[in-house]
Amino acid sequence: MAMSVSAPRCLQWSDREDYQLEDYEAEVPRWCTGCGDLAILAAVQRLCRDEQLPLEKLVFVSGIGCSSRFPHYMKTYGFHGLHGRALPVAEGIKLKRPDLHVFVNTGDGDCCSIGAAHWLHAIRYNMDMTVLLHDNEIYGLTKKQASPTSPRGLKSNTTPRGTHLEALNPLSTTLGVANVSFVAQAVDWVPTVLYEIISQAFHHKGLSFIRVVQRCPEFLPTHFDPWMHDPDRLLMLTHEDGIQASPELSRTYKQQEVHDPGEMNRAREIASLKDQIPVGILYRNDEAPCYEDVVGSGPPITGPEKIQASVEAELDKFTVWPPSEGREGRG
Amino acid sequence: MKQGGTREAAAGAESAVTLDEHIVEIVSDSGEGAQKCGQSFASIAARMGNGIWTVEIIPAEIQPPARSIEGASGNRIRLGSQAVTNGGDAADLVVVFNEHVLLGRLRDGELKPGCIILLESKWRTDRDPEVSGLYATIYNELIAGGYRVYEIPMETECLRHVADARRGKNMFVLGLLCRTYSLDRELALEQVATTFAKKGESVIAPNQRLLEAGWEWAEENLDIRFKVPAEPAEEPRLVVNGNTALGLGVMASGMEVCAMYPIPPATSASHFLSEVFGSVGGVVHQAEDEIAACAFAIGASYAGKCAVTITSGPGYSLKQEGIGLAVMAEIPLVVVNVQRGGPATGQPTKAEQGDLLSACFGSHGDAPKVVMAATDIEDCFYSVITARKIAEAFNTVVVLLSDASLGTAQQPFPRPRFQEEWLAPPVDQSPIPKGVTPYDWDPDTGLARRFIPGQPNGMHTLTGLAHDRKSHIAYDPEINEEGIRRRSLKLAALQKTLKTPSVFGDEKGEILVVGWGSTKGAIEEAVQRVRADGHSVSSLHLRFLQPMASGIKEVMQNFDHVMTVENNWCDDLEDQLIDEENRRYSSLAWMLRARCLVDIDCWGEARGRPIKPGCIEEVIRQRLH
Repeated sequence: MAMSVSAPRCLQWSDREDYQLEDYEAEVPRWCTGCGDLAILAAVQRLCRDEQLPLEKLVFVSGIGCSSRFPHYMKTYGFHGLHGRALPVAEGIKLKRPDLHVFVNTGDGDCCSIGAAHWLHAIRYNMDMTVLLHDNEIYGLTKKQASPTSPRGLKSNTTPRGTHLEALNPLSTTLGVANVSFVAQAVDWVPTVLYEIISQAFHHKGLSFIRVVQRCPEFLPTHFDPWMHDPDRLLMLTHEDGIQASPELSRTYKQQEVHDPGEMNRAREIASLKDQIPVGILYRNDEAPCYEDVVGSGPPITGPEKIQASVEAELDKFTVWPPSEGREGRG
Repeated sequence: MKQGGTREAAAGAESAVTLDEHIVEIVSDSGEGAQKCGQSFASIAARMGNGIWTVEIIPAEIQPPARSIEGASGNRIRLGSQAVTNGGDAADLVVVFNEHVLLGRLRDGELKPGCIILLESKWRTDRDPEVSGLYATIYNELIAGGYRVYEIPMETECLRHVADARRGKNMFVLGLLCRTYSLDRELALEQVATTFAKKGESVIAPNQRLLEAGWEWAEENLDIRFKVPAEPAEEPRLVVNGNTALGLGVMASGMEVCAMYPIPPATSASHFLSEVFGSVGGVVHQAEDEIAACAFAIGASYAGKCAVTITSGPGYSLKQEGIGLAVMAEIPLVVVNVQRGGPATGQPTKAEQGDLLSACFGSHGDAPKVVMAATDIEDCFYSVITARKIAEAFNTVVVLLSDASLGTAQQPFPRPRFQEEWLAPPVDQSPIPKGVTPYDWDPDTGLARRFIPGQPNGMHTLTGLAHDRKSHIAYDPEINEEGIRRRSLKLAALQKTLKTPSVFGDEKGEILVVGWGSTKGAIEEAVQRVRADGHSVSSLHLRFLQPMASGIKEVMQNFDHVMTVENNWCDDLEDQLIDEENRRYSSLAWMLRARCLVDIDCWGEARGRPIKPGCIEEVIRQRLH
C-alpha cells in the first residue's frame, strides 16, 4: 500500500529534479569546528538527497539556541521562531498540510527547559514529524549555563560550584508520555548510525523523537571523552525492526543488545542506564494515532459552496424568523 | 397573596399597560434554569419584533452555595418597542427563585426602587425555621422598602405537572412572563419546542405544559399586565451572543484553525466552534497552554491557513511574545481578546475594557499591529471577517477586542447572508517568480508578497531575528531600521483606507464623548437623553484603535470639551494626590491625547459590569454645568 502511493511520487520527482547534496546546502554553518550540530546537518542533508525530497516540501522548524540555527543552513523552508516554541509552531504547520515534511531542531534548553510543556504534549499529540533533540548538556548560545540535562556537579557560569540536581533524562521522560510512538538515541560521533536512525525516524508515521548526544567543543570540550574513548560504553541496540549493526561497526562497538522496539518496559530500563549510552531505537509503536488524523476526521471540505451550505445552516439555527414565515421558514 | 391585586383585576388583555420598554430579570440559584428561561423569553419577544438586549448574570463559581447572595445566576432582558443597544439601567421587574439571590442584585443597585418582584413563596413554609424565618424577615423588609412583591407558589404549581419542580420551574416562569408581557402564546409554545428540539417530544410536551400552567396561573392570579408594542419583524434576524457571533464569524471568514486554551469569558466562542467548525473543514485545537495556542496558530497561518487564537486578558499577556514574532516575521494572525477584569486573574467573568494599551503597545520592541474593537453583537460577527482579510492583506497581526459584556449579551441583528468574498483564497502554491524575495517590501506601503511553504522557488528561513529582504539574519543598522520602517509603514497604508468615523449627533457642540468597543450603545443612549433636553452633546465611536482613522482631531476641535467614556480605570482628580501632572487617564484618552494634542478628559469605571447609560448621562450632565 505504502509503495503504491510513494512509487509514482518518486517518479514524479525524478522527472523533474535530481537533487544533489549541495541542493540542500545553504550558507556555510556558523557553528564551532567540531560541533555536533554539523554531524546532524550532514546526516539530514544526506537523508533529503537519498529520499529526493523536494526543497519546497520541507520545513525545518526550530526554537532558539545554537542548534536552532539549523534551518538557516538548509536550502528549504525554515522557521526559526521563539525560544521553546518550535513544537507548537510545527504542529500548526502540519495540521492542515500533510504534504509538507516537517522537521524540528531543538536544543536541550529549548526542548527540556523553556519548552518542556510543549515537548510532553507534542509527544502525546504524535503528529507526523521528526524531532531532533540536539543535546549537548549545556547552554551554548548564551555562553555556558547549566541545562536541565547537565549532569549533577557540572560547573557552569550559573553553577560555579557545580549543579545541584540530577540531570533530567530526556529518554525516560519521553517514554513516560502517553501515545509516544518513536524514541531513539544517537551520538554525533557515530555518523552512520545517526543517519540510519534519522532515516528510520523520517519513515515512521507519527512523531519520532531522536535525542542526539552531541559535543560542545567550546564549553564542554572533553565532556563526552570517556564515552568516545571507550567504545564499550556505548550500547548498540540492534533488532530487525531497529538498527542493524554492520560488521565494521560491530568490530568497534562490541556492546550490543538485541532490543525489540516494541518492548516498552525494556526500553525504559535501557533509557535509565547510567554508565552506558544506548544508541539505537528504544521504542516504536506504529499504531499510535496521530492527532492530525483524529481531530480532522471526515473528508476535507473544499469549495465555497460547501462552506456556504454549512455557514447558512448554522446561521439558521440562531435565526428568528418573522412570525409570517412561521415554522416552514425555519428550513 | 399578601400584596398585589385580585383575580378580577387580572382579567383581559385590554388592561395591559403599554410601555416603551421594560427591564426584566430572572434570577435563581445556579442550575435552576433561569438562563434558559431568559433566553427563551428574549427569543419570543425578538420574533414579535421587539428590540432586546439580554445580559447573563453569572456567578463566579460553578456550584455556589444555594440560597446565597453570591450565587445569583440568571438573565436580564431589556425589552423595547424599538431597537435596544445595551442592557440599560435598573430592572423594572424581577423574578426570583429565592430571596437570597435577590439580595445580591439589590446590593449591586441593579433593581429600580419600588420595582416589581415575583418571588417563589415556598420558603415561607420551609421546615427549617431558620429558612422560613429569614424569608419572612427579608420579605417584610422588601415590603417596607416599597417594593411590589408578589409571592408565587412556583414549586407547588409545577409539582401538579411534573415530578421534579427544580427542573421545570423555569418554563413555568416563562409562561408567566409571556402572559405578563402579552407575548404570543403560540410563539411561546413553538419556542419551547425549538429549545428542547434535540431532546425530543418526551421533553417538549411536559415543558409546554409547564409554560401553559405559568400562563394560566398569571391569568388567574396576577393583576399586572404589560405590553411593549412592536412592529412585527419583517426580516429574519439572528439572536446570538457576542461569543457565538465571533464563532460564526470565524466560520464564515474561511479560517480553518482556531487554537485556544480555556479561559473565561472567551471560551464559549471556542465551545461553539468545537461543535460546528468541522462542518467547514475547521479544527479547534485546545493547546497545552496559551503560548502554545498562539504558536500553533502562527504555524498554521505560516503554512497558508489563516488562523485565529481566542483568549482573554491573562492569556493575551502570555501570547505577547508570539504576537511579536508574527509581527516581526509578517505572518497573518488574528488574535481575539474577549476582555475581562484585570490585572492578574482579576475578575474572570466580569466586563472591563482594560487591555487596549497592551493590545496596541504590548510585546517588546516596536511591534506595530492592527487593533480593532467590536462595538456590538453584529460587529462581533463582521469584525472577524474584516480582521482575517486585513491580516492576510497586510501580513500582520490583527487583534480584535471584545469583552465580557458583549461576549454573553444577545441582541438581534439582520441575519447575514453568506458572501463568497468573505472566504480566504485557497493556499497559493504557485512558484515564486525569479527575483522576488520573502520580504520584498514596497518602499511606500511596506507590503510584500506572502510566501507559503510548498511554493517552488520560495524557500527561505523565516526568522524572528532582524532580517533583510531575503530573510537572512542581519544585524546591520541600516537593514534593521529598514525592517522596522516597512513594518510600521503597513499601518499607515491601512490607515489611508479607513474612513473617519461619523459623529453621533451634531458635528459641533459643547461636549463630545469618545468611546470604543462595547460601550457604543450605552454612550449613544446617554447622549440621546441629554440631547432630548436640548444640550449640544455628541459622541464618536472608534472601531479601529490602531491605526486610527484620519480626521478625528478635526472632529474633536469642533467641541468645547472632549472626553472619553471607558470601562476601565482613570484617576479621579478629586483624590487628594491626583493632579493634572500625575493623573493616569483611561486607555483611549491616553492614546488620543498623544495622537491629537488635544486636552482630552476622561471618565471611566471598573466595576466589572457594562457601563449603564444612566451613569454616562449623569457624567455628561455634571460636565455640562
